[in-house]
Amino acid sequence: MSFIQVENLSFRYDQTRTIIEDLSLSLEKGRNLGIVGESGSGKTTLLRLLLGLAQPSAGSISIDGQVLDTKNWQFMRDFRRRVQAVFQDPYSSLDPRQAIFDIVAEPLRALKIDVDVAKAVAEAATAVGLPADAAQRYPHEFSGGQRQRIAIARAIVARPDLVLADEVVSALDLSTRILIVDLLKALSTSVTFVVVSHDIALVALLCPDIAIMEKGRIVESGPTEHVLSNPVHPYTRRLLASTPRLP
Amino acid sequence: MSALLTIDRMSIAAGERQLVRNVSFSIAPGERLGLIGESGSGKSLTALALIGLLSDAMMATGSILLADTEVVGARERQLVALRGPVVATIFQEPLTALDPLMRVGRQIGEVVRRRMRHDCVSTSSQQVQARVLELLARVSIPDPERLARAYPHEISGGQRQRVAIAMALAWRPRLLIADEPTTALDVTTQADILKLIGQLVEEENMALLFISHDIPVVAAAVDRVAVLKQGELVEDGSVGEVLQAPNNGYTRSLIEAARTFDRALGRLF
Repeated sequence: MSFIQVENLSFRYDQTRTIIEDLSLSLEKGRNLGIVGESGSGKTTLLRLLLGLAQPSAGSISIDGQVLDTKNWQFMRDFRRRVQAVFQDPYSSLDPRQAIFDIVAEPLRALKIDVDVAKAVAEAATAVGLPADAAQRYPHEFSGGQRQRIAIARAIVARPDLVLADEVVSALDLSTRILIVDLLKALSTSVTFVVVSHDIALVALLCPDIAIMEKGRIVESGPTEHVLSNPVHPYTRRLLASTPRLP
Repeated sequence: MSALLTIDRMSIAAGERQLVRNVSFSIAPGERLGLIGESGSGKSLTALALIGLLSDAMMATGSILLADTEVVGARERQLVALRGPVVATIFQEPLTALDPLMRVGRQIGEVVRRRMRHDCVSTSSQQVQARVLELLARVSIPDPERLARAYPHEISGGQRQRVAIAMALAWRPRLLIADEPTTALDVTTQADILKLIGQLVEEENMALLFISHDIPVVAAAVDRVAVLKQGELVEDGSVGEVLQAPNNGYTRSLIEAARTFDRALGRLF
């Protein structure tokens, strides 16, 4: 039994607009998965389904054999603790009116997790490399990279099994990007990431497994090294050929 | 041959704050220069300064000589004469660069008409229309007649950027400024647009100022690169020199970061 099992998942708005079509994948704990696709490929919709923020039109998602049931609030509370997310834009994903301590502590409060909040927040802040005095400050005092660290601290504070990372470095400068990649790599020893991105290099740095999405389907998947060195599907080939390389 | 653009000890300040400090570089006719820098390094400000489009709150000092006209302190009339025939710009987000209420063909037609007036050539609407379709075909748009009738929101991001390029091309400028022209696009579309820009720059014998934070993208588009860091020029050399042996510590760290990502992709494709 896989940790996360997605079976024949479909999502459509109406008869004519199918966003995800008959998609299956599985995910093991401790093995990061990268989902690569261009805009409109359905990767964000897949992420929303994985987070339980949208209902599939057909098919199912299960976690440790239990089917994700968005109507079962008790199940969802446990699910939300186990599955967290970090989003692309660190400027819109943090509440500007809350101090960093409250932002990072939010999942613990919302999910009524019975832990020493101050200790858990301090641990998460240390794990992502935030300065010691960050807790009482506000988001506007931080750079994009630091904000993304705050969002990551919030995602790991409840000690989830899985963190879905949606284009987490796209909004950052190159030199900051590399620092966040190092951080995610270090955190990968204790939490599994699903890295959703259009950036193959990012996925290659972080994920042993890769799935290539096009038009709502996974067209190719497998160990990243293998897929990158022997791309079979024409779309994967085009994607790789289009990726700019250093001379 | 004398330079098309010479920037000499140019600084930009907003009140007390120095945003760009003592920057000097030049571009020869037909030369392709990449301006690399992270957000806030002053690369877009530099581009705006050289077409005299800095906001009123900012002041440029030093000298910007563009086609033998001094831009710093120039009157609006002189600047208008430069914008278009001498220098045209394409921006990151083509949707904001296009008028949402005007069909694409008419927007390009507007530029065509102004260029013809500039050349003192009389125009008929048939001539303008023909030139618009010719320009759309030049930027590899498959069905120019249909696209000319479309509104910007009806076409894809890649096609919008092609339209923006067609508008710039309509001026037949001597210098094309491309400010992060592919950052908002998908990887496959980016590859197509980069190829198109490279091809057009060569065919039209335009000079290119290509602004981006993405080192592999810049390296693919230009011959020479300059690196800006917090408003100061820290590097200026050929793509090969700078990538192989950067002089500056900051450039080295940027290239090392880019190499880390590049290495992850392997050698096999």
